[in-house]
Amino acid sequence: MLRGRSFVGSGSLFISELSVLFRRRRTWAMLSTISLIPIFLAIAVALSGSALPPGEGPPFLDRVSQNGLFVGFTAMIMAIPLFLPLTVGVVAGDTIAGEASTGTLRYLLIAPVNRAKLLFVKFLGAAAFSIAATFTLMITGIIIGVILFPVGPVTLLSGDVVSIPQALLRIFLVAIYVTISLLGLSAIGLFISTLTVIPVGAMAATVVVSTVSQILGTLPQLESIHPYLLSYYWLGFADLLRNPMDLGSMASNALLQLSYIAIFGSLAYSRFTSKDILS
Amino acid sequence: MGSLVDPEYAIYTQGLTKSFGSHNAVDHIDLRVPKGSIFGFLGPNGSGKTTTIRALLALANISSGEVSLLGYKVPEEIGLALPKVGALVEGPAFYPYLSGRDNLIRFDCADRYADPSTRLERVDQALARVGLSQAASKKVHAYSLGMKQRLGIANALLQPRELLILDEPTNGLDPQGTREVRNLIRSLASEGITIFISSHLLVEIEQICTHLAVMSMGKIVAQGSVEELSTSEIRELTITTNDCERGIQALKSIGITATATGDVLKARIPHDQVAPEVIVRVLTELNVGIKGFTLLAPTLEERFVSLTGEGFDVAR
Ligand SMILES: Nc1ncnc2c1ncn2[C@@H]1O[C@H](COP(=O)(O)OP(=O)(O)OP(=O)(O)O)[C@@H](O)[C@H]1O
Ligand SMILES: [Mg+2]
Repeated sequence: MLRGRSFVGSGSLFISELSVLFRRRRTWAMLSTISLIPIFLAIAVALSGSALPPGEGPPFLDRVSQNGLFVGFTAMIMAIPLFLPLTVGVVAGDTIAGEASTGTLRYLLIAPVNRAKLLFVKFLGAAAFSIAATFTLMITGIIIGVILFPVGPVTLLSGDVVSIPQALLRIFLVAIYVTISLLGLSAIGLFISTLTVIPVGAMAATVVVSTVSQILGTLPQLESIHPYLLSYYWLGFADLLRNPMDLGSMASNALLQLSYIAIFGSLAYSRFTSKDILS
Repeated sequence: MGSLVDPEYAIYTQGLTKSFGSHNAVDHIDLRVPKGSIFGFLGPNGSGKTTTIRALLALANISSGEVSLLGYKVPEEIGLALPKVGALVEGPAFYPYLSGRDNLIRFDCADRYADPSTRLERVDQALARVGLSQAASKKVHAYSLGMKQRLGIANALLQPRELLILDEPTNGLDPQGTREVRNLIRSLASEGITIFISSHLLVEIEQICTHLAVMSMGKIVAQGSVEELSTSEIRELTITTNDCERGIQALKSIGITATATGDVLKARIPHDQVAPEVIVRVLTELNVGIKGFTLLAPTLEERFVSLTGEGFDVAR
């Protein structure tokens, strides 16, 4: 019998975590909604004809009708500020608080699972969702782009032209870049999730954090702290679309996100391992 | 006095206290649960039963006192004790969108000592043991309260255990289900498993328990074997007569203070104070007509109520 039974049966807590996460209707609803972003974008461009002058609307929008491979990039730029943090906030905010609110947390802990291990597995689950979200968006973007528009070699921001396989590699790297961008937020969500037994509260707070970070990032008075903001490199993947490829912002972003993971991971650890489980 | 690792006791606490703010939900309790016993943990709502269980399982931090579970110190060595302990804490809890079987698989995956190769077999055995084999593939949100309760017990039975801690396991079960759980507990106990079972209803567990502790407002007010607790020093005297006034006079002459309600006289006397035939003789000598006469030891139930109070209000 397939039905995911043998899947769960054979694995560790991490496989079980993925299985529980991806058998929830909510997870699929969020991934489906994410896939609608490139679909709507492509349809809107296709319907409006090719008359959009360069520089209007989101970056790359003017190129979409000439080359379907740009659908994914454009949709990603549209999804980064709100939609992706929203879905990641839902998953990360739910990690511990969701288990606490249903009472399953106490049964996991007396199974017994080590609290630190549970926390780690929950973080990996949120990271897995981030990967699923960015790749769902990119892959849907490619598919709808191929269906609705001509596809050919891609002109990069530096003016160089790269072949289709090269362009697909860049698309893959952008999806990785955005996934990394969401890891810091996942860690913050995990920490907030250890503070409450009300999952919606933790989800909302996590989304608020991402929004506040982006708002602070627009205030020139706070320029000195901008490089430390969670969202500082979120839109920095344009560097991957130049020739030669500039991996500098990828590295800085990874370092920044790693710092957030270290800080909020430790906070979550110290909070969760000493907490009374009363739900 | 037993040491903390006394092998005689499955659960041993010394001065266990758990406070929320300034309120002691569990107040210096000394639990002594002998290995192999079926231990009834009784107390009205809010008396601290669940809080005690959370502390025993290291779900909640202990405010003060010492706890040992199967000889392991809690919370330091809880990881060594838990694989041998199955528990139901404050009712069952599951993922509603997973089937009963998948829920058990999930919890078994969390058990770092569980053998994955025997997982499905053990899950199906546990389901069969509580009579849920037929409903195993149904999603839990479609389970009745009684079915969830059974699934919770099945979860406690995923591994061979030395101790089962069951917090109100018959909650929500019909009389038939309650009987089945009782039989299940008896058969588990006959395999040598120690059973610690909490309830606010004595009648539910009186028939199966070998030992009892009674909680009231966070304190243990009685503890011991059922025989010890059943031997009462007090007898309840009830006399039905149509001459209450003279009856009271007659009883007073042999040192018994009785109260009258309607045509019934009641008194509580120590069991060795006066023999029943003496009471009857004194009453007949004074021509008090006796229509009914009983001199009984109070039932365990009556003693339980007298220890914990009968009021409807939760103590705190
Ligand atoms: N999370 C909490 N915060 C503050 N007080 C609590 C908390 N949980 C329990 N209490 C208090 O601890 C006391 C004991 O509660 P507990 O749940 O242990 O009772 P119980 O004996 O299990 O009752 P019941 O039969 O209703 O299950 C109560 O006075 C309750 O108000
Ligand atoms: Mg309780």
